[in-house]
Amino acid sequence: MTDNNFILEVKNLCVFYGGIQAVKDISFGIKKGEIITLIGATGAGKSTTLRAISGLLKPREGEILLEGRSLKNIPPYEVVKKGISHAPEGRKIFANLTVRENLELGAYLRRDKPAIGQDMERVFGLFPRLKERIKQNAGTLSGGEQQMLAIGRALMSAPKLLLLDEPSLGLAPLLVKAIFEVIKEINAKGVSIILVEQNAYQALKIAARGYVLETGKITMTVTAEDLVTNEELRKAYLGG
Amino acid sequence: MQEFLQQLVNGVSWGSIYALIALGYTMVYGVLQLINFAHGDVFMLGAFFGFYFSRWTKIAQEPTLFGFFATLLFAMAACALVGVIIERAAYKPLRERPRLTALITAIGVSLLLENGGQLLFGVDPKFFPSLISETRLYESANLVISNLPVIILVVSLALMLLLRFIVMKTTIGKAMRATAFNREAAALMGINTNNVISFTFLLGSALAGAGGILVALTYPKIDPLMGLLPGLKAFVAAVLGGIGNIPGAVLGGMILGVSETMVAGYISSTLRDAIAFALLVVILLVKPTGLLGSRVGEKV
Repeated sequence: MTDNNFILEVKNLCVFYGGIQAVKDISFGIKKGEIITLIGATGAGKSTTLRAISGLLKPREGEILLEGRSLKNIPPYEVVKKGISHAPEGRKIFANLTVRENLELGAYLRRDKPAIGQDMERVFGLFPRLKERIKQNAGTLSGGEQQMLAIGRALMSAPKLLLLDEPSLGLAPLLVKAIFEVIKEINAKGVSIILVEQNAYQALKIAARGYVLETGKITMTVTAEDLVTNEELRKAYLGG
Repeated sequence: MQEFLQQLVNGVSWGSIYALIALGYTMVYGVLQLINFAHGDVFMLGAFFGFYFSRWTKIAQEPTLFGFFATLLFAMAACALVGVIIERAAYKPLRERPRLTALITAIGVSLLLENGGQLLFGVDPKFFPSLISETRLYESANLVISNLPVIILVVSLALMLLLRFIVMKTTIGKAMRATAFNREAAALMGINTNNVISFTFLLGSALAGAGGILVALTYPKIDPLMGLLPGLKAFVAAVLGGIGNIPGAVLGGMILGVSETMVAGYISSTLRDAIAFALLVVILLVKPTGLLGSRVGEKV
């Protein structure tokens, strides 16, 4: 029986890249309104898991359920329609398009023009810098601004579930803090979030729980408190 | 001076046809990183579609402007359809395969169209009806400007402006640019990239079809192999301007057209075909990314 409180459930997921198994039989779930985080070293299978959820990769085995319904064989552009938005690793903003066009593309499937306008204003509320640069080509933005644009663009599809892949990568500490504040703010508006992070400490501080991945397997489920109480854990997985 | 002007008018008009064909190469390369070698043959089909259409509808009997535009539109629509069929049947099944596979397939499609054309239309050349009666717009001792190059230029420019509008101002155009930049990220926006790729073939093939009609107005002898050389040269034009770059294709086409007529006019007409490939060699040596192309880092 499926628990209706779960917005997304991943069950026994196995994903391969060619002949190499990147994700080995992992299971986890996220409830409506939660933030959860996937943490672990590079190559542990975090991004692969997100890519399987958004339909970019086809799982070899296992199930992904969005509000109880399987996402099997649903192409990425349909997954967006069902309410999952993915801000991918490396931002992947459209450098040859303007900031406005990038945001408009985020709302590609929506036809409700007034609501799209409101959502764009909401994004500008979160990231005022983007509004200043609205007519600029996205390729001319700084790294931090590009990250803001990637998150803003993902929000433009009005998702129920947001997948964020390393939003703090390569950003200055002050900016990292600001980005995490915004993630909390987005979550407060009712969007569930799966956060993939290398910055495990920061991520766990805002997440309900974290799943530690090691070479494609979930080895541990942790909370922010575990960081305080469990010295060993901190040393082993969280670098300090 | 007057002779120079004469060559320039012809060169620009001829160049605008190269530009039309080059746009198809460059747009397809933009979204698929594929050199669609069958593109020149779609151009050939444009001329044949126009030929048969104007005969069946009796448009060919008397030159009228309406007849010309009807033929043009028919050839464009038919070529657009052929382009989409080629993409869906030949290239789409190979989407996840190495690029070389699709490239070799493109050569195969090209051979299929050329030999299939010979089977269907016959090996002997056909004579394209004069859809527009040639008149002289301007005449002096050394300079004659007829209406044909002017009509060719105006129609080509109108089509290029229309293309620019579609690519820059419409939603599907935005989706095309996004898909060209990063197909995976475009899919994450909810863009059905397969449809965008088909639409790109549709646009490019329609322009090639228009090119076929415009060439046939000036050189009415059409045969199933007529797409070979113009196709290759338009490809050179696209590389010259920077493959994947839309304004580059137009610039490359114009440069190629003007240099060809100048070389033919002032040096020797036997060198006419050599200039395109000489330009290709030079640009690959001096600026391999093309005049307007920029170096794009390998996508990870």
